[in-house]
Order: sequence, then C-alpha cells, then structure tokens
Amino acid sequence: MAPKVKLPKPGELSKIEFKNPATDWMDTPVEFKPGTYCWGAKEKDLLTLGLPNPRQWSPADEDWKIPDGWESTIIEGIAERLSKYRSFKVFMDICVRCGACADKCHFYIATGDPKNMPVLRAELLRSVYKKYFTKSGKFLGRLAGARELNMDVLKEWWSYFFQCTECRRCSVFCPYGIDQAEVTIIGRELLNLVGLNIDWIAGPAAACYMKGNHLGLEPHAITGNIESMVDDIEDITGIRVNPTFNRKGAEIMFVTPSGDLLGEPGIQTCMGYLMLFHELGLDYTWSTYASEGGNFGFFTSNDMAKRLNYKIYAEAKRLGVKYIIGGECGHMWRVLNQYMDTWHGPADFLEVPVSPITGTVFENAKSTKMIHISEFTADLIKHKKLNLDPSRNDHLKVTYHDSCNPSRGMGLLDEPREIIKAVCNNFYEMPENTIREKTFCCGSGSGLNASENMEQRMRGGFPRANAVKYVREKHGVNMLANICAVDRAALPALMDYWNPGVGVTGVTELVGNALVMKGEKERTTNLRFEDLPGKGGNE
Amino acid sequence: MDIKFNEILKEKKSTISKRWLDTMIASYPKDDSGFLMSQKDRFANPVGYTFTKGLDGILEVLIKDEDSAESLQFLNDIIKVRAIQDFTPAKAMAFIFQLKTIVREELRKEIRQNQIYVELLEFESKIDDLALNAFDIYVKCREQIYELRTDELKRMTFTLLKKANLMSEIPDPDPESEPKDQN
Repeated sequence: MAPKVKLPKPGELSKIEFKNPATDWMDTPVEFKPGTYCWGAKEKDLLTLGLPNPRQWSPADEDWKIPDGWESTIIEGIAERLSKYRSFKVFMDICVRCGACADKCHFYIATGDPKNMPVLRAELLRSVYKKYFTKSGKFLGRLAGARELNMDVLKEWWSYFFQCTECRRCSVFCPYGIDQAEVTIIGRELLNLVGLNIDWIAGPAAACYMKGNHLGLEPHAITGNIESMVDDIEDITGIRVNPTFNRKGAEIMFVTPSGDLLGEPGIQTCMGYLMLFHELGLDYTWSTYASEGGNFGFFTSNDMAKRLNYKIYAEAKRLGVKYIIGGECGHMWRVLNQYMDTWHGPADFLEVPVSPITGTVFENAKSTKMIHISEFTADLIKHKKLNLDPSRNDHLKVTYHDSCNPSRGMGLLDEPREIIKAVCNNFYEMPENTIREKTFCCGSGSGLNASENMEQRMRGGFPRANAVKYVREKHGVNMLANICAVDRAALPALMDYWNPGVGVTGVTELVGNALVMKGEKERTTNLRFEDLPGKGGNE
Repeated sequence: MDIKFNEILKEKKSTISKRWLDTMIASYPKDDSGFLMSQKDRFANPVGYTFTKGLDGILEVLIKDEDSAESLQFLNDIIKVRAIQDFTPAKAMAFIFQLKTIVREELRKEIRQNQIYVELLEFESKIDDLALNAFDIYVKCREQIYELRTDELKRMTFTLLKKANLMSEIPDPDPESEPKDQN
C-alpha cells in the first residue's frame, strides 16, 4: 500500500529545512520511495529457479521476510566467495580511496548521492568484510571503517547494488583496475542467498530457464514473430526472405537477444539481420531453443548465468553448425566474450569463424567460436561486398551510443562506426568523454530496465542524454544508434524525456534500410513503414 | 521597474547568483567532494552545469526586465532534473522562492537607503510568475514519467496486438476537411 501523505499546514511549508541532515554515510539509512526502486522478485520465479527464500514481499514493507540466521548465511557467503574468487578478495583489500572513480558513475553524477560513488558503493560491502574478515576491523570497528551486518545494511545493499548497472565506466579510471561491476555482482549474489532479487531480473531469468528466452516466447511464437517480419520485409522490398529454424547441418547458428523478436525498435533490427543474411545467401539457422543471447542469470549469480548460458553451445553441438554469430546486445557479449569459454568451453566441436563471403578468419573468436554481427558486417563493408544506398537514411542525423559491455567489455569500438558511416551520410560523434571506453550507460542496464523505477532510470541516463542533447542542438541529430537490446528498449523513454524527437535504432536496422537487395522493387518506405526521403510511399 | 533597483541588482548579480546556486546544491546529500559545484565540465557534471547556467540565465532575464519567456527554457532544463530526483514537489521547487530571501538579504541596506520597497515587491511578483510557470513544468514532467511507462508497454506489446488483430489504425484526420469554425 502506498504510504499515506500528510499534507503540511501552510505555516509548516515555510519552515521546510532545505539542507539535508549532514549525517555520516553509515548513519544514513536508505529510504524506499516509489519510482526509485524495482519490485521485489516474485515467489513463483524464485521457486522456478530454485533460489532461496521464495515468498511474496515488497521493498516498501518494513518486514522483508528474511529467515532467521540470515546474517550467518551472508557472512558464510562472503567467506565462500573470498576463497573462490581472487578478484573479489583483491578488490576488497586493494582500494586506496584515491577517488578517481568517484565522479565517473552516471548514478552519482545525476543524484549527487555519495553512496552512488563506486568507491562508496563498494565500501557498503567492504565495511562488513572488514568487520568479519580483517583484524583491524574486528578490533577497531568503526575506526577502521568496519560495521556490523544488520537489516539496515542489508536493505542499503539491496538499494545500491540495484542502483549500479554494472557498466564498468568507473573501472576505466581506477588505477588499480578494480572492477566495480564484480563487486556489484558479488553483492547481488549475496542478496540472492536470502531471496533478495528484483522482479525484472528473476522474472526473465525464470522465463529463460523454462522457455529458453527472457520474454518466455515459445517456439511457435518465435517462428510466428519472425514470419510476420518476413511478411513486412516482402511488403517493403518485394523479396521474400526464407529463414530456417532448428536446421541441422547449417553452417552458422544465429543467436540474438529475444528483445529483437518482440517490441520496437528491436524488431526492425531483426528485420535488418534477416535481410542481410538473405542477401548474402548465408547458410544459417535460428534456434527456438537457444533463443536468447542475453543472460539475466548474470545479474543474479555466477551459477545462474552459467546455467542459462549452457544452451548456446549445447544447441550448436546438436545442430552441428560450424560456428555462431550473435546479434546486437550488450551484457550478452560480456558473458559470451569473457565467461562462456570458461564455463562451457573449449568448444572443440566448433570451428574458428571464417566469413564465407570474404574469407576473413576471426582470430579474435578462436576460442569462443562466436562472433558479433557488427564484426561480421564491418568486414563485409570493408571488402565492399554489400551494395548500399546510404541516401535512404538521409533524413537521419545519427549519433552512436557505445553500449557499455561491447565497448568496455570486448573493445568493439570501431566496427559499428564503420558500418554507420557506410550506411548513413550524416554521422556525428558525441563529445570525447562520453563515448568509446568512456561511454555513459543508458542508466537501465543489468536488469534495471523495469518501468516501475522510471525516475531512477531517467536519472541514471541523464549524463548520456545530456551528451545527446549537445549533438542534437549542435548538429540537429535525430537518431541514436546502438548495438544493444536493452538500449533499444530503454533509450526511447530516455530520449522522450530528455530529448524529445530523437529516435532510437539498432545499427543493423540502418543497414537493412540502406541495403540494395538483388531483385528488390523500388522501396518507398523504410523498415518502420515511414516514407523514404523523396519517395513519399505513404503519401 | 525602477532603474535604480535594477542597477543595484546588476551590481550584486554575481553574489546573488552564487548564493542561489549554493542554496540549490545544499538540497543534495552531504558530499565532502563538492562535486556538483567543483566539476566544471558540462558533460562530466550535467546537473551542476544545468543549474549554473540555468540559475544565472534566469537571473539575467529578471535583471534585464524583459519578457520572461526567455527564462522558461532555463527553468525547464532545471525542473526536468529536479523532477526526477529524490525531492518532494515542495523541495524540488523551493529554489525559486529562495531567490526572494537571497535578494532581500543581499539588498537590504540598499533598499533601505534608497527606499525602493515598491520596486522590491514588483521584482518579487516576477519571481511569483516564474513560480507559476515552474508548477506547470513540474507537473508536466511528472505526468510524462507515467506516460513513459505506458508508452514503453505499448512498444513491447504492439507486435503481439497486431498479430492478434487487436490493432486498428485510426487514420490521421485530414486538416483540410475539418470544419474550421464550429460556431
């Protein structure tokens, strides 16, 4: 139930204290205000995933229904992870509070809340680590920055570890290379030990576990959705593309985030994939089983991420493909590029990816055997294998948002730019300190793209939107391109609030529009059924 | 407005502007780094930049004694930020009324010496106008937050509704055929 609002009397209004109480961070308990947090994980989803303490609860309630003895569960959880992950141990010990990371977090920048400084966010956990795992903390307590674990601390963890999008911008600036995302990952793992996840993560993870993808699309829904895209492509180009599903013996398996199969503007990006692959005559297949590239298990725990990732190699093996191409997604690529090989590799049954069109060997994916659609497309463009008409995108003034994980997690910086420059005539970069490795997060990553926390998302995305605003005012930019499904889902709202009139597109949608396909009819609309410049199809 | 009052205001502008910004920043959680004030890069510190530019801009328009429409863009930029931060409506909007207090305090001596109380009241009325505009902007921002939520849902479900034949297109009304005068 929403908290009762007491209307102040007129006399009280003039006595408002405008300054915040200057309490130390340890003495400032967290408040849960609607719009600034995500709903708690549902009982049914935790049951599906076999996670501890399934029950109905709400973060706004005083009682979070945590079982007795939870303190030891958490402390033992910390101990286990300290022994298992050397990085966690190092990150707990090594920080010298230099402050280089402090003002690099989009949530801190937009809220001014010191607990959103990466150093302090880590300190929320580090202070407990000190109390129970270091001599100085045990004896000196608060003097050494240590504190007892109690319910207020647990709630604070929940609030702030679900206010970090694991974007790793702070880690770019840390002289010690502390990866704050990993601290958040461990923090969330610990919270999950006592049943504290958010609905927007546990729900999709449970759907993925049962149906193969976050949206819970069953095989017939996947094929049905793609078929309707095929119809739309035929209306626009006169060409009927023929995707295949679960086809054994195909050379390539294609895996994309399920967000591309439902909802705009993801589906237009997906239409771009379908058109590109058809034009190339690529021997590829979709899988209705490995139907999710993304991995919301990654926002829950290492084990859950590993479990949900398993199906990708398993399906590649079952279908007998040579290698895998993956669609435009963000965190999906951090998982695939940095974890999949360790969890389920080596994928000896696959071959090192070689583009059948250009002969390029993707040595970078020698071990994972999985390449990013942007690498694949940029290679085609470099070898001039695509017939492109960039003037079809002339009504667009495009800027490019580096999605956090492909840029910082795998160094995919130039490929998308090369593609955009080949398919659009008007491309403008945002300022230097807001792109490439220093890119600002959309504010909704790592499972925070729910709608109940819209205010929080608008804050987190403000630094990104502010840079877009600059190029909009300076160059008239009206389209924000990206290579991430969460971006495509989250950025439209961010743009509507901060920069009305700026649209959002996947890079491959731009490719689909510019691609001149063999035997196509004269196009009058783009993939959104909007008139092409000077063609007036719907007029 | 009286020229004298405006001149005094102009002289004190930088002090007033600084105090106004200080008061605004004081509404944020205690932060020893002073980031919102000290980081001058507009992309590294968009909140601080928006406030510095906005408050100064509003003050400039008020002093020039010109049409307040020019200050609305600044007001809009500031309130958009305040509307999605951790503030009650009163706290989010308080900065406008705080300007009154700051001007009264900064100009106390001059006002008394020159006996320009009427001019002060006129100036404060302009701040009241600003406040009324600010209410409109604030409410619009808050309404938009809820609209964003429904729009997002629509974007997610549009394809499904279309497939289930639950969508029907409403053609854009032709402006030519619309009756121009209903009376």
